This record gives sequence, C-alpha cells and structure tokens, in this order.
Amino acid sequence: MELTYWLMLTIITPVAGALIISQLDKYPNIREAITLITAFSLFGINIWLYLQHDGATYGYTFAEPIEGLAISFVLNDFGLLFALIASGLWIATSIYAIGYMRAHHETHQTRFFTLFAVAIAGVMAVAYAENLFTLFIFYEFLTVSTYPLVTHAGTREAKRGGRIYILILMGSSILFFLPAMIIVWFTAGSLEFVKGGLLNGALDPVYVLPLLVLFLLGISKAGIMPLHKWLPSAMVAPTPVSALLHAVAVVKAGVFSIVKVVVFIFGTDFITESSANDWLIWVPAITILMASFIALTKDNLKERLAYSTISQLSYIVLGAMIANQLSIVGASMHIAMHAFAKIALFFAAGAILVTAHKKYVSELKGLGRQMPFTFVVFTIGTLSIIGLPFFGGMWSKWYLISGGLEFTGVQATYWMILITLSVSSMLNIFYLLSIPIQGFFAGEQKDVQIKEAPVACLIGMAIPTLMTLYLFFDPDIVYRLSLAVAG
Amino acid sequence: MTEQITILLIVIPLIAAPITALFKQNFYAWMITLLVSICCGVISGYILLEVIDGKHLIYELGGWRPPWGIEYKIDSLNAFIAFIVSVIAIVTNIFAYRSVPTEISKQNIGLFYAAMQLCLLGLLGIALTGDIFNLFVFLEISSLSSYALISMGKKRQALTAAFSYLILGTIGATFFLIGVGFLFAASGSLNISDIANRFHTFEDMQLVVTAFIFIVLGLALKAAIFPLHSWLPNAYGFAPSTVSIFLSATATKVSIYALIRVLFDLYPVDYWQSLLFPQILLVLGCVGVIYGSFRAWQQIEIKRLLAFSSVAQIGYIIIGIALMSELGLTAAVIHLFNHAIIKATLFIGAGILIYRSNTTKLEDLRGFGASMPWTFAAITIAGLSLIGVPGTVGFVTKWYLLEAAIEQSKWIVVMAIVIGSVFAIAYIWKIVEALYFNSKRKIHIHNVKSGDIKVATASKSMGLALWLGAFSCIYFGLFTEFPFASAYAVAKGLLGL
Repeated sequence: MELTYWLMLTIITPVAGALIISQLDKYPNIREAITLITAFSLFGINIWLYLQHDGATYGYTFAEPIEGLAISFVLNDFGLLFALIASGLWIATSIYAIGYMRAHHETHQTRFFTLFAVAIAGVMAVAYAENLFTLFIFYEFLTVSTYPLVTHAGTREAKRGGRIYILILMGSSILFFLPAMIIVWFTAGSLEFVKGGLLNGALDPVYVLPLLVLFLLGISKAGIMPLHKWLPSAMVAPTPVSALLHAVAVVKAGVFSIVKVVVFIFGTDFITESSANDWLIWVPAITILMASFIALTKDNLKERLAYSTISQLSYIVLGAMIANQLSIVGASMHIAMHAFAKIALFFAAGAILVTAHKKYVSELKGLGRQMPFTFVVFTIGTLSIIGLPFFGGMWSKWYLISGGLEFTGVQATYWMILITLSVSSMLNIFYLLSIPIQGFFAGEQKDVQIKEAPVACLIGMAIPTLMTLYLFFDPDIVYRLSLAVAG
Repeated sequence: MTEQITILLIVIPLIAAPITALFKQNFYAWMITLLVSICCGVISGYILLEVIDGKHLIYELGGWRPPWGIEYKIDSLNAFIAFIVSVIAIVTNIFAYRSVPTEISKQNIGLFYAAMQLCLLGLLGIALTGDIFNLFVFLEISSLSSYALISMGKKRQALTAAFSYLILGTIGATFFLIGVGFLFAASGSLNISDIANRFHTFEDMQLVVTAFIFIVLGLALKAAIFPLHSWLPNAYGFAPSTVSIFLSATATKVSIYALIRVLFDLYPVDYWQSLLFPQILLVLGCVGVIYGSFRAWQQIEIKRLLAFSSVAQIGYIIIGIALMSELGLTAAVIHLFNHAIIKATLFIGAGILIYRSNTTKLEDLRGFGASMPWTFAAITIAGLSLIGVPGTVGFVTKWYLLEAAIEQSKWIVVMAIVIGSVFAIAYIWKIVEALYFNSKRKIHIHNVKSGDIKVATASKSMGLALWLGAFSCIYFGLFTEFPFASAYAVAKGLLGL
C-alpha cells in the first residue's frame, strides 16, 4: 500500500474509533478495548510511516475551498515527531484513563473517550498539515473538540474554567493568528510551508517583527504570557485530559505551530538577518521565569504543574526565537522530552488524587512512603525536567543552551538567554523537586489506609517514565527528526 | 422543452396556493406546501445545471414576442437565485410542520401556508422575469403576502411591525413603479434587454436619471440597505419563526438580485458609474456593516439580534457589488447563497428555542443550551460561519471580499470588514454566553397549557432542518466548487467578460 493511504489512515483511524466508541455506552469493557485498539493501531501506523519514510513527498488534498488555499496533508519529519509522541502517549493515557475514570467514578465516560479520540484526530491533522491554512483550521478544531473535555465535570467551576479556555484560545487566534495568516497570503501569495522560509525575500525585513508578534499572540496555545491564563483554567479537567491534552497534545500543537511558522514561514536566517528576535526573545525568557515564580506560590498540585508547563513551553518558543540550527534542534527535541516527563508528573498527580484524594502540595508530606511507586515516577519526571543526566530532558536542554551560546544578536539578550536557562533549572528544583522530597522525608501521614493507584494507572505511569530513561541512552529517533526540521 | 419548464416554477405555486387555503388541517396544508417547494427545488436545480456554463433560456409568455410580450430570460444569475429561494423553501417547510401549529391560530393555518406559497411564487417570479413591470408585479405579490405572514406573529407587536413594513414596503414599491413609469416614458419599453439595447437613444433625457434614482431607492428600501433598513429588525423579530426563517434567507436577497439586474443589465455600467453611484454604495455598505454589527451586539433578544446582523450581512453584499470587480461580484453573489444558509440555520435554531421555551429574550434563555446540546452546537456552527471562521461558508465570502478590497487598495473596506467581524465575534459570543455559560435559571413558559409535553422535546423534523443547515455551513465552506462556479459565472456574465 502506498504511504499516502497510510497517511490518510492517521486521521481516519481515530475518527472511526470515535464513531465506534460513541455507540458502546452500554458495554464499557468493549468500549475501552476499542479505545486501546485504536490507540495501538494509530501508533503502529505512525511507526510504519516513520520506518517507510524515504524522503519522497507523500501527500493528499482533502478540499480546496479557495483556489490556492487547500486543506491538504503531507508526510513531514517534524509532523512525524509530533504524531509519534502524541499517538504513543495516547496509549499510555488510555490505559491510565481506564483506571482513573473508573476509580474516580466519573460520569459520561463514553463522551470522554469519544471526544478524546476526536481530539487525537485533530492533533494528527495539525501534525501533518501541509500549509498554514490547514494548520489553522485544525488548530481551531482542536480547541473546540477539547472544550467538552475541559468542562467534563459540568460544574459551575468547570464551566468557568472552560469559558476562559475557549475565550482566550479562540479569541486570540481569530484576532491575531488569522490576520497574520491573511497578511502572509497577501505578501507571499501562498501559505505553503517552504524550506528556508516562505516570506524570505518576499517581505520587507522591517515588518518581520510586527508580524512575528502577531503570530506569537495568535498562537496562544503555546502559553506565552500574557495569554497563558487558559492553561491553569483548563486544570479543572479530569487528570488524563490535563495529562495528554494540556501537557502534550494541545500545548504542543501550539509550540509546534510556532516552530513551523518560524522555520517554514519566516525562515530562521531571515529572522536573524532582520534582527527581529533581538528583543523578542525576552518575551519567552520572561515567561519562563515568571511562570516558575508563580509555580512556587501555587499550593494546588495540578496548577503548579500547569505553571511548570507554561515555563517549559517557553523553552521551546525561546529555542525557536533564537533561530539557529542548534536551538531549533533543541526546541523540537524539547517537545518530545518535556512531553514524556510532564505526562508522568500529571499521571502521578492524578494517582494521588484518585487514591489519597489530595489536591494540595502541603498535604503530601510523608505520602511517599505509602505510594512509593507514584513518588518515584514523580521524582524521575522532575529530574528529567530539570535536565539532569540519565534522563531524556538533558539532551534538549543541552541543545538549547548550545543554541543560546551561538546567539549572535544583542549582548544583553545573549546573557538573558543564558541566565534564564540556568536560573529556571534552579527554580525547577525548588518548586518540583521539593514535592517528592517532602513526600519521602518529611512528616508522617495519619491515614495509613492509602495504597497505590489501580493497576491500569500504574501501567500508564510506567510507560512515559521508562521512556524518559530510554531517551537518555538512545535519543537517536528524536534527534534525527529534529535535525531534519532544522535543515 | 426546457424553456417550457421555467414557467412551471410560477404556475405550480399559483395553482396550489388557493387549493391550500381550503384546508384547515396542518398536515394536508403542510404536505401540499412541501410538495410545491420540492417541485420548485427540483426544477430550479435542473435549470441551474442547464445554464451554468453561460447558456440562456428564453421563454415567451403566451407566445408574444418581446418587447411586446413578457419574456423570461434565464441566465446563471436567475437560476442561482431561484435555486436558493426554493431550497430554502424546502428547509423552511421541514421546520414548519411542528412549529406552525404552535404559533398560528387554527383557523389561519390554511391561509398561512397559502401565503407562504404566494410569497415563494413572488420571489421566484422576481428571479425569473425579464420584464421590468412584471418584476414589479411579483415584487408586490411577495411583499403583500409577507405583510400578511408577519402580522400572523404571536405577539401583538407583530401587527405594528407588519404595518410599518407595509408602509415602508409600499413606499418602496411606489418609488420603484414611478421609476419604471419614467423609464417607460423615456424608452417606450418594459423589456429589460430591449431597454438596455436602445439605451443610447434616450440616454440624455433628464427623466432617465430620475427614473434610476427612484428605482434604486425603491429596491434599496425593499432590500433593507442601510440606512433604509428600519423595518427589518421589527419585521423579522416579531414574525412567526417559520416566516423569519424564510424571509431572512430569501426576501432581501431577491431584492438585491433585482438591484443587481437594474445596475448591470438595465442601465449601462458607465452610466451610473458617472453618477458616482459605486462610491455611494461602497460607503453605505461599509457603514451598514459596522452599524448593523454594532446594533446586533446591543440587542437583548435573539431574533432581533439576528435581524440586525442581517443588516450587516447585506452590507457585505453591497460592498461586493460596489467594488465592481470580478472578485467583488463573485463574493457578493456567493454571499447571497452563504448568508441564506447561515441565517436560515440561525433562525431555525432560534425557532427551536422559541418552540421549547416560548421566549426569545437572551436573559430568559440563560443556561438553556446545556439542556439542548445539539441545537446549541448547530447554532454555534452557524454562528462561527457568520463570524467567518475558516472551514465555514462565511470565511469564503470574507476572503474573496478582502482579496477584492486589497486588490483595489481600498483600506477603508478592509477596516470595515475587520471591525464588522470583531463585532460579530462579540454578538455570537453573547448568544453562546447566555445559552451556555450563564448559570441555569428556571425558564418561564407562557401560553402553554399545563401538562402539555410538547415543550419538553424538540421534534425530529426541526432537528433535521437545523442540521441540514449546519451541515451545509461546513460542507459549502470546504467544497466550494458549486457556489463558486455559479457565482463566478454570474460575475463574468454581469461584467460582460
């Protein structure tokens, strides 16, 4: 079978899965089995695409509403990286979710699993989008389809969170992203992703900075301040949603779009030449530091993780903004490394919520002795995020810092990059590592009844944790795909 | 053979309407109306396929040769308009089955459906005829029946709304007739192509300018072009739901169609260009877009909100016409189609809300979306199309409009479109917010007998109509070949390319 058909299957499979799942309300076991089968086959398809990808172009056009503006998909390295991560972690999340949703006695589970599959279809479409137009449409699609997942609980609090979620994400994309896209169309006459940059040569360098700012504001899924508020609000969702969507799929769709725009719409050389990034780098840098400081003040565990995500996402944006080969490699590797580590952290937080019913960091003292597995997972995730050896997170930080050292713009910015990267690692120790340390060594839990989470949750947690270890020793896949992005 | 079919579009509703008036039961009257609209839909679809590649169909009424007799001259524009009107009629009728008995008093049901058919007949007639006086006759048939239809609304304000529409509509019709009279005095003919062909022989007469101004003013009133829109919000706001759906999607569109005919086929383009008319239209269109969207945002009632949004959307169409380019006209004609779909869907959604809750006030509908998630979802889809989100029909229009405006470096138009879209986000959000995000409150239901369960369920037929609309909002936003090919053919034909 030609690869093009396999490429179509990446979207068809989760959609078909969603259709079947939606009809199985009465048979929860079969429903979950179908979820797993769908997840495994999707991952298999992506693996197959990776193995068979030989550099030739495989793609297809779904519809062409306006001449030159097509909804079309193409097999590409960066998309492959994103799709592999998302579909692989979907398996882990599904296993985890089965345990979590049942142990937590959530209602509307069929709706939950159905929409989850739909959201994954949206992620696949974002990953394999051939042009900015397709990317935009499915970026919006992802916002809309994940909205019911965020408000899953249906309480007033959930709705309030959902309101901020949809207002910020959709509002910013329509107000900034869409006009930016239209401007690109009218300057370049196309919206294709071009190696070396579509606008390179077509746009007056003076306008690079304002246009780039429009994109940064418009793609608020990347969580850049000041449009980051939606992410903490989205934490009202059930933990599997926070884990896969708000640590991996949705937020990564945001940074993925930013890297795509920087590399294929502007072109890294063009940005460096126009020195648009001289001062723009301060935006993600400040976001990294600010979000870390805010995380320190949050007692709610999931909110703390959300702010940690905001800070980590800005690493990727920072890498994109530095705009040299090493930093782009670092940025796209960080998409993968952060995904595995952060999802492990969220899973651990969910396991604590499900079994011990504890939401706040201050309540976790001594809990590590009752839930050692969960806290070990948490520790490994934390260490990987800090970027210590033996964990995958080290490599992405390595390349990010190397990229920062090669930055050739304004001196002040150069130092800002280096200071930010080192200070934020320190802050990570404070606000993340303190949690398992307290869990293991401080205080004593009164309630001795607490045990580990259901087995399904534990399996789900083990997968990404082992991946962070594995990726330290063999980051080759991630590195190769990232290098292809940087060109 | 095909030529003979065209007249059936007029004859079928003309014969069926008086028969329908005899029936008192909802089912039979509804059935006839549905059959009539399906027949019209099939015929107009067939005709559209015949003429889409630039062919003309000509039918001479009673065998009298033009310019003495009345001629029906069908090109892609007529056929496209007729198709829109009859398809909307079908969808409206699917909705009508359950809605009409709740909103129209029993002894009027037969008359109601008869009036619907007459209105359909009038609108189709306007679309088909090539005779300017005949156009006036059909304009009056459709207007008179719509006055009657609006006055059947449940609230007492419906009567005043219908009355003010009657007054303004009659003024519009009179202006139009005066204009036609002047033109007849100058040219001695009523046939559009005959007048156009011999235009240079009487071009210099002062009467011709006067006639132009009268005709355009009359049509602008009927089409509710800003600032002549004051009848529209009340008329659509207080009409029975079925009528709001049908009229909002078709009536003003057909008047705009008549305006396009007058501008491009009756009068030579150079003639009214020298009168600075495109500039005037452009300014009115821009102001209309901003004003309509702003007023829509201010409304507290869902149907009036949608009505004001119609004023804005008509503004977009006018801008497209006023840009006078291939792209601009394409955008205008596509928007005739797109806006018909979007507005019909939204009014169907509003109709379902009214059917269930008997109220249109956003305040009273708080949190109602949560109990009707599917209806709410369809309304949201149509709302997104109205904003112009990519992937929906609204985007296609706005894109072409923007392209046309940028092509001519008319930045004011770009600004107007952007401001209009921002307000559109605001007023659609207002609906979404009220229906979904505001905390639920008890809905006060009036005028329903206690123990009546029909308010507890939205009927299948209404849902079908709603989702047909919502689905087309997305389908024609992705697969634009059909509307684009039609509109492009029209634009080329009008500009004589």
